[in-house]
Amino acid sequence: MSESPYEIIIGLEVHVQLATQTKLFCRCSTKYGAPPNTQTCPVCLAMPGTLPVMNRHAFELAMQTACALNLEIPRFTKWDRKNYYYPDLPKGYQISQYDLPMSQNGYLLISDPKGQFEPRKVRIIRAHLEEDAGKSMHDEAAGKADSRIDLNRTGTPLLEIVSEPDMRSPLEAKAYLTELKLILEYLGVSDCNMQEGSLRVDANVNLHLQTPEGKVATPIVEIKNMNSFRAVERAIAYEAERQYEVWQETKQKIGDVPKQTRGWDDQAQVTRGQRHKEESSDYRYFPEPDLAPVTTTEAEVAAVAASLCELPRQLRERLESQYKIPAYDADVIVNQGKKTVDYYESLAKLGGDGKLASNWVQQEVLRIQKERGIEIEAFPITAERLAGLVKAVAGKEIDGTRAKDVFAEMLDSGKTAADVMKEMGIEKVDDSELENLCRELLEANPKVVSDLKEGTLKAVGVLIGQAKKKNPNIDPGTFRQMCIDLATKM
Amino acid sequence: MSLIHASAAQLLTQLESGEITSVELTKACLAQIDAADKEVGAFLKVMTDSALEQAESVDARRKKGEKLGRLAGIPVAIKDLLCTKGEVTTCASKMLENFVPPYDATVITKLKAADAVLIGKTNMDEFAMGGSTENSALGKTRNPWNLKCVPGGSSGGAAACLAASMAPLSIGTDTGGSIRQPASFCGVVGLKPTYGVVSRYGLIAFASSLDQIGPMARSAEDTAILLEAIAGYDAKDSTSANVKTPAYSQSVKQPLKGLRLGVVKEHFGEGLDSEVEASVREAINVYKSLGATVTDVSLPHSKYGIAVYYIIAPSEASSNLARFDGAHYGHRCDEAKMLEQLAKERAALEASGDEKLLGGLDTSLVRMYRQSRAEGFGPEVKRRIMLGTYTLSAGYYDAYYLKALKVRRLIRQDYDAAFKNVDLVIGPTAPTPSFEAGTKTDDPLAMYLGDLYTVTANLAGIGGISLPCGFSKSGMPIGIQLQGPPLAEERLLQAAHMYQTATDWHERRPELS
Repeated sequence: MSESPYEIIIGLEVHVQLATQTKLFCRCSTKYGAPPNTQTCPVCLAMPGTLPVMNRHAFELAMQTACALNLEIPRFTKWDRKNYYYPDLPKGYQISQYDLPMSQNGYLLISDPKGQFEPRKVRIIRAHLEEDAGKSMHDEAAGKADSRIDLNRTGTPLLEIVSEPDMRSPLEAKAYLTELKLILEYLGVSDCNMQEGSLRVDANVNLHLQTPEGKVATPIVEIKNMNSFRAVERAIAYEAERQYEVWQETKQKIGDVPKQTRGWDDQAQVTRGQRHKEESSDYRYFPEPDLAPVTTTEAEVAAVAASLCELPRQLRERLESQYKIPAYDADVIVNQGKKTVDYYESLAKLGGDGKLASNWVQQEVLRIQKERGIEIEAFPITAERLAGLVKAVAGKEIDGTRAKDVFAEMLDSGKTAADVMKEMGIEKVDDSELENLCRELLEANPKVVSDLKEGTLKAVGVLIGQAKKKNPNIDPGTFRQMCIDLATKM
Repeated sequence: MSLIHASAAQLLTQLESGEITSVELTKACLAQIDAADKEVGAFLKVMTDSALEQAESVDARRKKGEKLGRLAGIPVAIKDLLCTKGEVTTCASKMLENFVPPYDATVITKLKAADAVLIGKTNMDEFAMGGSTENSALGKTRNPWNLKCVPGGSSGGAAACLAASMAPLSIGTDTGGSIRQPASFCGVVGLKPTYGVVSRYGLIAFASSLDQIGPMARSAEDTAILLEAIAGYDAKDSTSANVKTPAYSQSVKQPLKGLRLGVVKEHFGEGLDSEVEASVREAINVYKSLGATVTDVSLPHSKYGIAVYYIIAPSEASSNLARFDGAHYGHRCDEAKMLEQLAKERAALEASGDEKLLGGLDTSLVRMYRQSRAEGFGPEVKRRIMLGTYTLSAGYYDAYYLKALKVRRLIRQDYDAAFKNVDLVIGPTAPTPSFEAGTKTDDPLAMYLGDLYTVTANLAGIGGISLPCGFSKSGMPIGIQLQGPPLAEERLLQAAHMYQTATDWHERRPELS
């Protein structure tokens, strides 16, 4: 990592569409996918004379998010107008928040269970509420220059979460976004559907380089239009290389040229310069005179903070300590979402073995989910039913390999583990029976006995194979240990 | 007294007793409009058919003994910036010449609920910007007292239709004095309520933090009746005041004992016409004779009122009027011609090889906005949009807009201090009586000074009322203004009524052909 000739400086702006039923300043539906302009009213169409009225629920969802991101929520926040002309902006301004956002000064802790980067505290400058614009659809086919505007999305509540430029690699940026998305999903404040635009990311990227004259920074570039975390990762990596090349050529430093906006072309896997909007330099912000400022009491904020569900970070820590599973396991399970965590917890409690339950979830459950493209809710074996199998494995009634056969049989049959095991003739081998089998095989294989006595423990492998042929129900682990114990006493 | 000159209060009694019908009354008003409005030009649109239908329906329901609204059968004129469902609402601008709102402003809803008869839409300065109604892009309004003179503005049509007896009640809006100044010029009563008392929903905004809808009538009592019908909290306007509406029409006649009036020192300085001053002083004496105590009060920051207003109002206007861009609302330029012109410019620049100018050439979208707005807005609106755009720009915001906000607060504090010692403040409504049309149109700053005494009430968010208090030698009405603390509309109306019981200025009518 340190061989890189530059350090990448990354700050992210994330627009989150809040999961309200209705828009931020009117009562139109926010449902996605309706025919164009069917979810509009005089207010969101900016009919002359109409006035906005704030949706309190949107503000509450924003407060929940702010609490989860350790942001301070001031007692007083106001609305501002951001003025610019665009066909998808009906009022000619967007109602947003400028100098007194509804929350500021927070942070998000990110880490990588694989240890690819040091744990990091990414500071969050602010999170503020604003309304979304509409959607322009440009039909340039067949020489037509028609542009159509769909204003269904106009006025949808967005929370813009702005980080400090605290990330140093595309991997860290991805980890930040992943953790952020997970928090939003746990809170239920957004569906985070990136395809539908519920979560949109802009990245501000530049480089710090060591030169003989000291450290220099390249001009900041804002990359827009990224619709997946993979795109974010790749766009940043691409942009870093591009900026390095440009720097070598031009030696342009930050401040030499205005901040540039580039778009990510996912097909070509490159960033491309975007035309500057002529008004981008000056939005003429001023306080929105049509909306009263929003005040919150300390008690209200405290109530919101207290009402938050267990967040991913706390959850990982609890799973680790409560079920004695490694950090990696906890991470995988928690990252699957709340429903998977619930499934896991039931499985671990009923199955009586946290680590085994974790293995089953990570390996078999997730594998089937992936194969079938289903959510955990649709997984055919309930946690209760799977717990029967975990219990059998934990109690050494069945070995791992055969347990997988049982699992496969349980999957679509609705049968319990006990039933399947009975059908397959699987039952726990009695200790004395196992000892007899062990003695029998050891006596028949003196070479193995001498190997074992000399400490060549892998020699026992041959016996396990033979034993399984005689009795498929034996537990290989127990059998192995027993053979070793007996051989050394012989 | 003939129907058209009668007060709304009288007319309501006559309607209730069955002495007259709403159809008779409405027809009388329509006849007066027919006779006089060619010269006065108060209306942009007379809603003859729907008004008569409404009048008939009220009469029929009254006959059946149904319970009717507070204004049942009374014609009311509407300033043409209140959205009226299915009726063209123009703001006297080419921009909105064909705009038909699909919804009613809250005030319209309330008037309809009160069974008022909406008789027509009155002329105004374009987007309520102006002090003489000479900025209307759609028609000329003249002062019924002298057709050479202006009716004041921006609610010029709203005031003129009352003076010319075309309607007993009229709705105006006041951003810097636009109800009170034309009321003063036309010899009628106009009240700008405390900000938030009347819902702004459906009022096509000029400057949101200053705009307020208010009642205009020929007497304080009628003004109270109309205010009662249109005031009240509205969930659709989050700046609306969540207070109970007093029964203004009941309390207006209660005399105010021990009324303490404060004479605003700053309103009697430079720029005040001597005839206006004399009339206002005389009106103050009338109040003294009625038992009011009169003291001097000072509003030291009022001298900055005009300056502050002409920063805040254009700033908000520049933003409020952005939606009139030809893409969403308003006039759109002829695109084919526009594109042709743009192509010509491009070709010329390409030929000249001037890369820089070529790079700065409009995109077709920007040119469409630019040209549509250039064609759709009149000069005063453009002037204010440019002022507002400038004062909000990065680098100027702190020096102008932010500074103006601070002074605005000081102006409010002046009032708060004054109202610790007096119940109401009193002074002239406008520095001069009405003037001849065309005399100030080339001097916008002179025109702006017409709001000198009214604008501070808007900046402070308080209420003010103008009532007739005399005439100039040339026969033009003069108005006196009373201003009160926030939500003191009851007191303002009572004080106005008290004056009108002792004087008859409000009963005079101009002679029209």
